[in-house]
Amino acid sequence: MAKMKRKQKRSGNHNQVRLFGTGMIYLLPALILLVVFLFYPIVKTLYFSFYEVGGGGVVNEFVGMEHYQSLFQSEEFRKSMVATFLFVLYTVPAEIIISLFLAIIASEKLKGIGFFRTVFSSTLGVSVAAGATIFLFLFHPSLGILNSILGFVGIDSIDWLTNSKWALFSVALTTVWMHLGINFIILLGGLQNISGELYESAEMDGAGYWSRLFKITIPLLSPVLFFVTIIAVIGSFQTFGQIDILTGGGPAGSTNIIVYSIYQQAFSFGNFGYASAQAIILFVIILIVTIIQFSVGEKKVHYQ
Amino acid sequence: MTMIRKTFFYFLLSISALVLFFPILYAISASFMQPQEIYAGKLLPSSISFDAYKEVFNSIPLLHYLTVSFWMSFIVMVGQLIVCSLSAYAFAFIPFKGRNLIFFLFLSTMLIPWEATIIPNFLTVLKLGWVNTYMGLTFPHFALPFGVFLLRQHFLTIPKELWESAQVDGCSRFRFYWKFVLPLSKSSLSALGIYGFLTTWNMYLWPLLVTNDDTVRPVQIGLKRLIANESSSSWNLVMAGVVSILLPTLMLLFVGIKYIREGLTAGAVKG
Repeated sequence: MAKMKRKQKRSGNHNQVRLFGTGMIYLLPALILLVVFLFYPIVKTLYFSFYEVGGGGVVNEFVGMEHYQSLFQSEEFRKSMVATFLFVLYTVPAEIIISLFLAIIASEKLKGIGFFRTVFSSTLGVSVAAGATIFLFLFHPSLGILNSILGFVGIDSIDWLTNSKWALFSVALTTVWMHLGINFIILLGGLQNISGELYESAEMDGAGYWSRLFKITIPLLSPVLFFVTIIAVIGSFQTFGQIDILTGGGPAGSTNIIVYSIYQQAFSFGNFGYASAQAIILFVIILIVTIIQFSVGEKKVHYQ
Repeated sequence: MTMIRKTFFYFLLSISALVLFFPILYAISASFMQPQEIYAGKLLPSSISFDAYKEVFNSIPLLHYLTVSFWMSFIVMVGQLIVCSLSAYAFAFIPFKGRNLIFFLFLSTMLIPWEATIIPNFLTVLKLGWVNTYMGLTFPHFALPFGVFLLRQHFLTIPKELWESAQVDGCSRFRFYWKFVLPLSKSSLSALGIYGFLTTWNMYLWPLLVTNDDTVRPVQIGLKRLIANESSSSWNLVMAGVVSILLPTLMLLFVGIKYIREGLTAGAVKG
């Protein structure tokens, strides 16, 4: 009896090992790729940030925290961080509010609503480069249609991209437009998942449109709003293409937000070590934002 | 719904659609204009002219760039579908020890912004001799944790009994994956496929780093060259280029919007 049990246990262990092996075979391609192109590089970036590393990745002398110290003392980097956070502030709330508005009006059951839904989703199919190029044209100081429209209603032209007071706003405007499609799709999906019965019983209780919107729709949508906000914040911190096409970080560094700054330091100036220190700061910011959002979100968000 | 309310909503919807779609409509309109009409600040061309489209294909190797973008997006799409579905299958159907730990490892990748890793990744590609190759452009993007979560979510809805009865009939794990799980997940595979194709087509920073000549330069980077060449004088050419780039992805989006909506919603609402 005892012998049989032991045998069973052994074959159980054997099965466990086999099962583990099988599981790993299926996971191996993804694991290898993630290790080689994500985990290893982030560790390597941390390592680089403590060294003087030239273009082409030649590791020179160890400098310890020097890159970080000079970053925190650098006026240029301070400006870049201010621009980055301002950019997040300009884009995220506007994106969420506008796409929520679009999702709410597109969730009405009307004839031809599919057409509007498709149009509202369309910016998902617009690449960063194409979208930024269209806005480069719209913002053009003399040919741009935006200044023509302003002139038509009697407002002076704006130097959208060449005035350091306006440039970051202009890039943010472009970005908000480009992100509306994806946010709209997710929010509309969230709205359609709210059960219709809730609305019917609220209507029977005599609740009007606005009270239904603020007492049922928004609270029940909060997990999805939360998800969209996280994506929007992280996406904002990762902005690159529209900066490269619209402003190149200028004028006077006013749109030199963090990823562009990393790119320039590394690939234009060849300071791989210094750029790596900035990349680590980007990593830490995203980490902190995600942790804050999850710990705050868990408490505030209403789950069904 | 009362008539007034209906009218009001149609009004809101139409205004929003017009404002939102204006940049694209204007780009299309400008691509048919003569340069003088753009200088005059016209909204619509006086006559439809395809000259800009003919010229833009001479100004830069646009057709070549488009072909490269197509192959790049297609390769990443196929790669992601294979790699992600294999992982998702393991997470959903193979109950091995340590599965949760590895799943947690996959989740943690969400905390690492890809942009923070570009320096070592660039060096890796350089070392492998993959600069200016499809390998360098595509290979690092095959593993998409978001895709794994999306597919796993769908695979979990497939009843375990199906695997048990298939097992009784002597079906191997791989056969079950290939003959049952994949065909049953067409909708979420389509969602991931379209999503992967679109995001790869739109990729900008990575191709900028790993291509330095035209061999495998995708169209997004080619656009930068078009701006440099033509934006001083011929915006109609630039807009013709933009429209040529937009058309494929907009069409794909319009055809596949249903799948994307279902797929992304599942990820956001249940994930």
